Amino acid sequence: MIYNEEFETMPREVIKALQVKRLQQVLERVYHTVGFYKKSFDAAKVKPDDIKSIADMKKLPFTTRKDLRDNYPFGLFAVPMSSVVRLHASSGTSGKSAVFGYTKRDIDTWSDLIARCLVAAGITKNDIIHNAFGYGLFTGGLGLHYGAEKVGASVIPMSGGDAKRQLMILQDFGPTVICSTPSYALHLAEVGQSMGVDLKALKLRVGIFGAEPWNNAIRDDIEKAFGITALDLFGLSEVIGPGMAIECPEGRNGMHVFEDHFIVETIDPKTGNVLPEGSEGELVFTTLTKEANPLIRYRTGDISRLITEPCRCGRTHIKMERVLKRSDDMLIIRGVNVFPSQIEAILVDIEGLEPNYQVIIDKVGALDTLDLQVEVNDKIFSDSGSIKQLQKIEQRIIKDMKDFLGISARVKLVQPNTLQKADAKIIDKRHI
Amino acid sequence: MKVEQISVFLENKPGTLEHATRVLRDANINIRTLSVAETVDFGILRLIVNDVEKANKVLKDSGFRVSKTPVVAVEVPDKPGGLHSIMEVVSKEGINVEYLYAFVEKSGENAVIIFRFDNPEKAIDVLMNKNFTVIPGDKIYKF
Repeated sequence: MIYNEEFETMPREVIKALQVKRLQQVLERVYHTVGFYKKSFDAAKVKPDDIKSIADMKKLPFTTRKDLRDNYPFGLFAVPMSSVVRLHASSGTSGKSAVFGYTKRDIDTWSDLIARCLVAAGITKNDIIHNAFGYGLFTGGLGLHYGAEKVGASVIPMSGGDAKRQLMILQDFGPTVICSTPSYALHLAEVGQSMGVDLKALKLRVGIFGAEPWNNAIRDDIEKAFGITALDLFGLSEVIGPGMAIECPEGRNGMHVFEDHFIVETIDPKTGNVLPEGSEGELVFTTLTKEANPLIRYRTGDISRLITEPCRCGRTHIKMERVLKRSDDMLIIRGVNVFPSQIEAILVDIEGLEPNYQVIIDKVGALDTLDLQVEVNDKIFSDSGSIKQLQKIEQRIIKDMKDFLGISARVKLVQPNTLQKADAKIIDKRHI
Repeated sequence: MKVEQISVFLENKPGTLEHATRVLRDANINIRTLSVAETVDFGILRLIVNDVEKANKVLKDSGFRVSKTPVVAVEVPDKPGGLHSIMEVVSKEGINVEYLYAFVEKSGENAVIIFRFDNPEKAIDVLMNKNFTVIPGDKIYKF
């Protein structure tokens, strides 16, 4: 099934022509309304007029995650706040996060994109959708929600957490679709099995999963546990949220990127040069229709490959492979994006802590775990020799990790010099 | 009148306490009394030793996180109610005890109780006023 037949099956040359037209419009608009873009285009000596084709895009400067942070909170908005109807944000300590605005039309566009994804997965108004993506500043929950309503399906706005209650609702409400991070689905399966729930007897038939890296082995586990078809949903909060691409059930060898709304390029992360379609490289997205905060050539840090072969499903939009690698040190822990620098910032903010630390990320069952080992220094181990003082530091670190990054960490204070300075600060033991 | 206690941060895993005691033995340090406080992950070894400066140095040199903590040593008769007589006085004055440990003197007649008070100066004052024997550092190190 195809939700928006006209746009999703447009001949490629028409898509390209539409992209160029929309690109020129958005460049013109950001150049005149967003100070950051005027400055960065001027610095690169490029005018919106200079871009006459997709190939010309390489003249445009990139937008980076740092640019988002530097313009926190609203510096990249292209419309006045009176036109903004929704704000989302990425996690992070103040000033280190990024804020994303949506106009009424942006919400509409986004819902349309999600609706395309759901319909591609065979979902109709007769389905009940158990939405376990987090609701709140994170784009996952509300993004899926609006798209599901657009399709006319019945949405259960579960959000994350409280696995036992989720299982009760899965049994009692009989949803046919589940949306969550892959690891949370596995966690639900484990909890369900330990509670003696017959997961195969649930009415679930399809699962839409995303927001963290996963592979076919994880997919197999999810599909086997619930007896469902699991599909990959791609999206980045910075760009619009989930719904930028959906795995095509036809062959399941890639996700269609909705090219009437985005231009996707792959670049060499070292040189920034555009790579030919089909080469592995860093994904770079440009929004074509977003009103509130358009992004021009946003470097995602995600490494993938574009698939140009025509797809049997009838959609003409390019496909991307699942993202398995990053070009930077960003970690995804239980669906939350974290940079090691954010963890370091939290430790440095705690008075007296100038720490040597090591982060160990692992998987216990289906769930990611984060162990943070911090060396005790003279300042925090001062004159009282009391346990209380050290436990207070531990609690503070745990709380700040939760409050600022949304991550449950296990914190362990260790003796000096147990962490070699040369050792990697981050050890990721997960194998994806 | 304060006594200096050596506090050593120890990870809660096999071998760490052994390492600390080995360093002290090699430096010929005698331990007068000690206690270990522990949590799931870590512990603090608290020591009263015959040579505070030396113990501090050798432990630090061996990579331990060490601090010197002022504590108060009080002598009481080794008989029922001995500890209570001290507690009565300090609690009346609103002084809080963070932790304490004790040992019996070689003569066997008196017990020495090591206190970490939230306000050691006030505690010493109050106890001396009530004629308790507060033992100075130099004396206890040489016991």
